[in-house]
Parts: sequence; structure tokens; C-alpha cells
Amino acid sequence: MSKRHVTAIVNGDPVEFLCTPEQTLLDVLRDELDLTGSKECCSSGDCGACSVTLDGRLVCSCLVLGAEVEGKRIETIEGVAKGDELHPLQQKFLDHAALQCGICTPGILVAAKALLERNPDPSETEVRFWLAGNLCRCTGYDKIVRAVLDAAAEMRGS
Amino acid sequence: MATNPIDVERARSKQLRWVGTRGPRPDGIDKVTGRARYGADFNLPGMLVGRVLRSPHAHARIRSIDISKATALPGVKAIVTRDDFKDMPSEFVPAGEMMVNYRDIVRNVMAREKALYEGHAVAAVAATSPSIAREALRLIKVDYEVLPHVITAAEAMRPDAPLLHEDMITMGVEPAPTKASNVAKRVEFKTGDVKAGFAKADVIVERSFTTKPVHQGYLEPHACLANVNEAGQAELWCTTQGHFVVRSHCAKLLEMELSQIRVVATEIGGGFGGKTVVYLEPVALALSRKSKRPVKMVMSRDEVFKASGPTSGAHMTIKIGARKDGTITAGEAELAYEAGAFQGSPIQPGCMCAFAPYELENAHVVGYDVVSNRPKVAAYRAPGAPISEYAVEAVIDEIAQKLGLDPIEMRLKNAAKAGTRALYGPKFGPIGLVETLEAAKKHPHYSTPLGPNQGRGVASGFWFNIGGESCATINVNEDGSVTLMIGTPDIGGSRASMALMAAETLGIDVSHVRTLIVDTDSIGYTFLTGGSRVTFATGMATVDAAKDAIRQLCARAAKLWEVPEDQVVWDNGFAKRTGENAANVAPMSLAELAAKAGKTGGPISGHAEINAQGAGPTFGTHVVDVEVDEATGRVDIKRYTVIQDAGKAVHPGYVEGQYQGGAAQGVGWALNEEYVYGADGRLQNAGFLDYRMPVTSDLPMIDTVIVEVPNPAHPYGVRGVGETPIVPPMAAIANAVSRAIGSRMFELPMSPPKVLKAVQARKANGG
Repeated sequence: MSKRHVTAIVNGDPVEFLCTPEQTLLDVLRDELDLTGSKECCSSGDCGACSVTLDGRLVCSCLVLGAEVEGKRIETIEGVAKGDELHPLQQKFLDHAALQCGICTPGILVAAKALLERNPDPSETEVRFWLAGNLCRCTGYDKIVRAVLDAAAEMRGS
Repeated sequence: MATNPIDVERARSKQLRWVGTRGPRPDGIDKVTGRARYGADFNLPGMLVGRVLRSPHAHARIRSIDISKATALPGVKAIVTRDDFKDMPSEFVPAGEMMVNYRDIVRNVMAREKALYEGHAVAAVAATSPSIAREALRLIKVDYEVLPHVITAAEAMRPDAPLLHEDMITMGVEPAPTKASNVAKRVEFKTGDVKAGFAKADVIVERSFTTKPVHQGYLEPHACLANVNEAGQAELWCTTQGHFVVRSHCAKLLEMELSQIRVVATEIGGGFGGKTVVYLEPVALALSRKSKRPVKMVMSRDEVFKASGPTSGAHMTIKIGARKDGTITAGEAELAYEAGAFQGSPIQPGCMCAFAPYELENAHVVGYDVVSNRPKVAAYRAPGAPISEYAVEAVIDEIAQKLGLDPIEMRLKNAAKAGTRALYGPKFGPIGLVETLEAAKKHPHYSTPLGPNQGRGVASGFWFNIGGESCATINVNEDGSVTLMIGTPDIGGSRASMALMAAETLGIDVSHVRTLIVDTDSIGYTFLTGGSRVTFATGMATVDAAKDAIRQLCARAAKLWEVPEDQVVWDNGFAKRTGENAANVAPMSLAELAAKAGKTGGPISGHAEINAQGAGPTFGTHVVDVEVDEATGRVDIKRYTVIQDAGKAVHPGYVEGQYQGGAAQGVGWALNEEYVYGADGRLQNAGFLDYRMPVTSDLPMIDTVIVEVPNPAHPYGVRGVGETPIVPPMAAIANAVSRAIGSRMFELPMSPPKVLKAVQARKANGG
């Protein structure tokens, strides 16, 4: 199978890569672009650990083909902090001890950021349903939900 | 991250500056930015892709394996089968909280005579690309003779059941049986006279329970990268709870010297006991040894479910007698745990824990370890305990209900305390069960009125906790910062706790402590992360290493002051003179002494190599409110409170996290999770869509209360906290559901169809 040439914008930077027709966007991010922050835990879109945004839309990158992203804008966990500044969500996750093993954390942060961009003042229920596609086996979600609500409050205040 | 000033103040009032605060997490930034590297995040130049061929059959004799076509495929660099692993004699060695047998491990890693479960590894290939590896697997021809299979313990224990191991004679039975069976072992614990005990009872309840195998459900699949050179020297990066244990197993299976294998524990994406054994690691090393190329192997989620260890399903009968005032007069339990394809279910701890929260004069517990055609079980958080304690706690609740007693009062009446002799032998030291029950009774949750179709359940739980071998090295750097090196993989924030304990002991700011998990060549043998041992045992090693560094720092100060060493004391980060003229001598800080170390005798490095003893057991009590939808059988968790003894919470945030996480896993075990098999013996729900773990919208906030009854064996009073939280949830939820629907449930999971059936049966009976 011949490889396809694709150009896209990842975390604001232009990238180009070659990918086989079967490679997913997650494969491309991890294996071709060395962006291993997005995690592969199910390959079926059930766990959310590979969450990225594609032209602003939250997707599981394991369910998108690499060849599909021609000309698109992709945001991954590696682009969430800006320079020395952690995103408020990242800081609140640390403050609230909202991660244990941390493997789900990149996907949850990307998903939560997408939520707050749409809804700066979500209720607890809205946070819980928005993040229902992101599995976490360690925390029981309590501290995650609190961290997201606290980050939202801080972002509204600033 | 700024340390919460309120917590610092709170801890200070108890004369502790760092222990008990929510200090920064050394690995935190890397984990919120995607930098942290887990098992699948390591690559090497020239790396091959390793893939495993797995049995499609639940039970089959392997007549032959033909790899000739696959070997000839361009891009295939190595293939291994049973022929590449030496057979091992039957020999039991401890691994985590379970015993392992190398005869079985070598067969689990690569099937020999038979494939014993769907997903059992039969061959593995290393190739230059994933597609070539896939094609090579397709070209391997395995000639199977399919055999009849058994899935549940009940089926496996029938006299005419197909045998997994034709030579398995039940251990622990006198005289030894002459006929082989699927029962590997019988264990028994006995105290007093149960017959006399039941004769004194006003009420006796006897019930049978069934639980299903559930998977630990760590999100990160097993993954490793192996690199073996021509001299046979090996490097292995892997996601594991214990890289020293991985090294031992791999060395044994591959007949290598321990010194020839360096294992690096990557960041670990959850384990819960399931990453205490080896699956891919020896295979990747074997492939790399054969191909002389680095080999990377990563399981798919389907493989994780089918080929890595869930915990046991079980059949249990529990009989408890009590007087009208709630005093338990006797307890009896018969437990059969499914081990999977090889012996070694957690039946022993299951038996030992069953009645552990209570002071019982008369008790008798018998357990059976039963093999069947499922993946070999692995440890899962307090292995064995959640199963037997679920059944016992449900019967206690039923008795309390029958006697019209408050379930907490009933437990208080019988609760184990310091001095109680446990059924399995030892007398408890200071323990916190009564304190958790009292805290539960006083908690506002317990007195909040319930709504329609709601029920409140209570259950307590126990876990032993362990100590064991741990090492720590504290390098005092020239600038006064310190590097703490330990060998227990950090699975939930333990680096933060170690840094707090090191800073506390040394008397320096925690920001100057960097904690690292180092490889097997950088520190002495350290047992795995499990048994709730890390904060206790590695914590003790850390404190000892800090004290060793302090001894050296004091000696250097004595040298500089030209006084005997006994005239120098360490006080909160400073060496101070004692004796005459002491007031005129300015104390010297750790940083000052560190800067002068080169001139006073050389670098300063504190060490501890210990086998920690005296892990204090942990008890917890959970209170849960559920609401049952009587039209669908769906159970909603409305409110959940975890109350547990921590001895001393070094980092309360991560202690709460353990409580909440254990409770959430328990909710899954109680309500949804199970291995579902077809008549063909194949797993039908090997994915996260059908193996339904709790998601955010399934749960409420989970309240926590940290009770602190210090463990006298630990310098800061620490007990392990990680495992006990998964013990009470199944019974607490079962008790809540039973009270909500007015009918007792005896089977896990209490999935909607089963709850609906119970509701309909109650209605049919005029309830």
C-alpha cells in the first residue's frame, strides 16, 4: 500500500507526514509526529484517552484516519499549556490531586477544555455528561469534576 | 503547585511541617502536559513490532505448530513458540500477595501441551511492520484438537468435568485424592465450636452467593520494549507494578543472570494488582534475543481482557448465627474461587478476610481453589477479600434487619479491636474499625431521610496490608537539594508522599526534594507496588535513608567544629552544637554542609535497604444510598461516603483519591462489570463498550472521612490505604438495593435485568 502525503496544522504548527491508508490519526500523532501525549487504551472510541480537537471539534483520534486530516487544524494535549503557563485546567488538576496514574489525564484535559470553550459555566451534571466518554479507573471522577468546575470558575473570574 | 497554607498550618499544629499536607506532585507537570512516558511511549532505532498469536479455543490440545511459511515471509525477523521456553518444575514463589508457580507461568506466557483459554498465547512474531507481523500470524498453522471446556467453578467441580490439568491432585485434603480434578487446593480455618455457637443463636441466616470475574480495568494496556545484544545483555522498558519482580520472572524463564537484565519501569497507567505478573515481557525479550533487534509489544484492549488476569468469580455459602442483641455466636463459610486456567486464586486471603472485621468465638471457613478455562486470575486490589467480605457483610445486614437492629450498631457490637484474635492467627494491634463505625454513625449522610425507591446500605471491610523489601537512596547534592531514589513504581502519587516524608525527616523544604523511580541497576532489590505497601514500606526506607544522611551530615559538622560527633544534633534542617559554648556556635544548614561535603570527606548519600515489618491492617466502613428504577431495574448511586483508617494520611489528597477510586471500582463490580461467556467458551464482551465500567455520569461525588489511628510500626503512623476501599462497596450497595426493593439480592453484578427480576418477583409475591 502506498503512503499518502498529508499536510495539517498541529498545535498551531504546519506539519506534513506520510501515512498508510490504515493508520489512524492517533497512530500518526504518536508514531509519525512523536506526539505521544495522546494515549491508546481501547482503539474503539470507548475510553477517550486519545481525545484531540479537529477543527475545534472534540474527537477520539483513534476513530479518525490520518488521511482524513488534510488541511485541518488539530489540537492535542501538547498544545494545551502556553509557554511557561499551564492552562487553568492543568493547574487545577494538580491542585485537586485529580489524577492518580495519569494515563487518562491528557484526554480528559483536552475534553474538558473543549467543554469550557463551549460552556464557560457548566453545572456538575453537564461536566459529568460531557466527560462520560472519558474513562478514568483510578479517581472515581470526584476530584476531576471538582477540578473542572474550579477551573471554570477561575476562568470566568479572570 | 502552591501548598495549601491551611493544611500546612493544620499539620504544623501537630508538630509536622510536611507530612499531612497536600504537597506538590513531582511527576505532576509531566502528567498534565502529555510529557510523561508510559509503557507504549518508548521507541528505539531499528525497533521491530511484536505480535502474539492467541488461541481461538477455550480448551484445545496443541498437536503441532508450523511456522515455516511465516518464517519465510520477508520482514519477519523472529518467531517464538513453546519450543523457545524451557519447561519449569512446579515451584511456588511469592509474587505480590499471591503465590506463583513457574511451571504455570511458563505455560501462561506461551501455551505448551494445551491452550487453556481463549486468548492463550500460542506463538509470537517480531516483524518490521505491524502489517507484516499480522500477516505472519496468519501464516502460522496451529493444529488444535478442540476439547470440552468448563467456565464456572460450579461446572469445573462436577465429578465428570473435563480436566484442565490431567495430573492435578487436590492439595490440603487428607488422605490425598487418588483421582485428578479441577480443584487445586482446599484450605480451612477454624476456631471454637461452630455447632455450639449456632445452638446459642436466636437467629441463623444461611445464604449462597455468586460473583463474576471482573477485570482490574487499568486503562493502559500491557506494553514493553526489549533490547538484547549479542552478549545476551538485556534492557527492558515496561509498564509494571514491580520491575524487580519482572526481572526475576524474565531471568528465570529465559535462563539469564539477573545482572544481565536491566528493567526500567515506565510511568504506569493503572494496575490495581494486574501488573504484578509477566505476559509480554519474557516474549519480547525472547524475540529480541532471537532477532538481535529491539522489539516492542503492546496489547490491544481485546487482548487485555482475554489474556490478562481478571479476579476470580466465586460461589459462596455463608451461615451466621446471632443472639437477639446482635452478638454473633458463630460464622461458617464455604468459598469456591475460580483461579482461571492455572491454580492460584486468592482463596487463601479470601478465607482469612471473610470474618476479619469481627470478634468471633466460633468460626469455620473452608475454601477451594478451582481451575477453569478462563484467563489466569491476577491480583486485583485486596485480592480475595472483596468477594468473601461481600457475602459475609450481606448476611450480617440481613440479620440486623431481621432483628430490627441498626446495621452500624450490629457491627459495633461485634467489631474487632486491639487484642482481638483474628481467625487466621495473630492478635490485632491498634486498629480503627470501631472509629470508622462511630464516624459513620455521626456522619450527616447516615441520618439524611431517604426518598421513594431509595435504600441505604452499610458495610465494613478489612485488608491486611504488607511491608516487605524496599530500598531508598538520598543523594545530598552540592547545592543543598536532595534526590530521593526508590524502586516502587508510582501508581497514584506515591512520589509526592515520599518527598513529604523525606522533607519532614531532613527538615528541609519539600521543593528541594526530587523523587525518582529508578531502574533495577540503580538501587537494591525492591518488591513491587502492591499490598498497600509503598507508603508504609518504601516510606520507612525513605525515612531511614534520610536518617542515614542526617548521621553523615552531623558527622561532617562535628568535623568542621572539631568536636566529638555526640556533641552535634540535627534539628529541623540544621546541625547544632550541644554541650559547652554551644550557644556561641551558629547552626549549620543542610545546604551549608552539602556545599562543604567535598572537603569534609566526600559526597553525602543516605541509604536504607530494609524488609519492613509491622504493616498495620486497615478497616473501612462505607455508607451508600441508591435509588432503584422499578420499571427498568436500573440502580442509581445517589450518595456515597467512604470512612477509612489511614493510620496517618501523608498526602490527604491522594488518600482521598484511593478511597474514591476504590469505591468507584466497587460500584462497577456491584452493578455492571462481569465476564460474559458464550456456549463456545469465548468471551463476549472484551471491550469497554460491553464491559461496562463506571463513567463520570454514573457516579455522584464520593465523600471521604479519613480516620487516623496511628500504626506504631511506622515513623509517621502510616497504614496502607489503597486496597481496603474496594472491599466494602459490593456489600454496601447490595444491602442498599435489597433495602430499596424489599428483597435480598445474592448475585453480582446487580445489573438491571437481575434487579428487575427481583422487583417483579417481590411484586408477584404481593410485596
